[in-house]
Amino acid sequence: MSSLTAKDKETVKAFWAKMASKAQDIGADALNRMLIVYPQTKTYFSHWKDLSPGSAQVLKHGKTVMGGVEYAVTQLDDLKAGLLSLSELHAFTLRVDPANFKILSHNILVVMAITFPEDFTPEVHVCMDKFLASLALALAEKYR
Amino acid sequence: MVEWTDFERATIKDIFSKIQYEEVGPAALSRCLVVYPWTQRYFGNFGNLYNAAAIMANPLVAKHGTTILHGLDRAMKNMDNIKETYAELSVLHSEKLHVDPDNFRLLADCLTIVLAARMGSDFSGEVQAAFQKFMSVVVSSLGRQYH
Repeated sequence: MSSLTAKDKETVKAFWAKMASKAQDIGADALNRMLIVYPQTKTYFSHWKDLSPGSAQVLKHGKTVMGGVEYAVTQLDDLKAGLLSLSELHAFTLRVDPANFKILSHNILVVMAITFPEDFTPEVHVCMDKFLASLALALAEKYR
Repeated sequence: MVEWTDFERATIKDIFSKIQYEEVGPAALSRCLVVYPWTQRYFGNFGNLYNAAAIMANPLVAKHGTTILHGLDRAMKNMDNIKETYAELSVLHSEKLHVDPDNFRLLADCLTIVLAARMGSDFSGEVQAAFQKFMSVVVSSLGRQYH
């Protein structure tokens, strides 16, 4: 996977600035959708009491995840280094199959398209997709 | 055979009834060519694909995007029979066009995002799930005759 060009980073930061105030809601909606559209992802949350759409636990966790994405936006120049401890968390404690990062990324992009139908142009889409893919790669760094 | 719930059938029919094929098709295909540029390999004779603006303005891309949507329309009208409906198309994409079937999935993802942008909050998680299931069957059927 290629790293982000200077233009990519600019585009990611500019779009993130637009969505920053809605980031938590976007994260919650994306996680919600993921659990509905890709039910195999529910296997990671069997310890939750309530996995229904809109449950407090799902919303809270969506916000937590999006907080991680927000942090990654500040680490664009070296995602691997910046996400080291998050990678260790996912590798050793959470042990989420990295295929699921792609699934969640797709759902984040869907919610971005819903929230910003005019601004989420193909050019912005490709940059955000590249960013989320690089994020996923950095997150999988410590797996093996 | 694929089992469809009443909700899924109604949702798919509803989605197709609300979209302009000549608008959504071109938007989805051009987005795919921009977001996944390696897909351009199949469109060498389409002329100018040098940048996003050129792709989005390209009339051959637009025409083909519309063709694709009409192809999906056939699946929508034959939901209990998509595999058989697409058998010839699958052979075409494999034997004549030599398209890597993974590309069908990429286009499906772009179409999902185009629909999400147009439908807004109507594109709920449940609607997305129904559409995802429909596109999974379409993608699988298109790849079925490859060998």
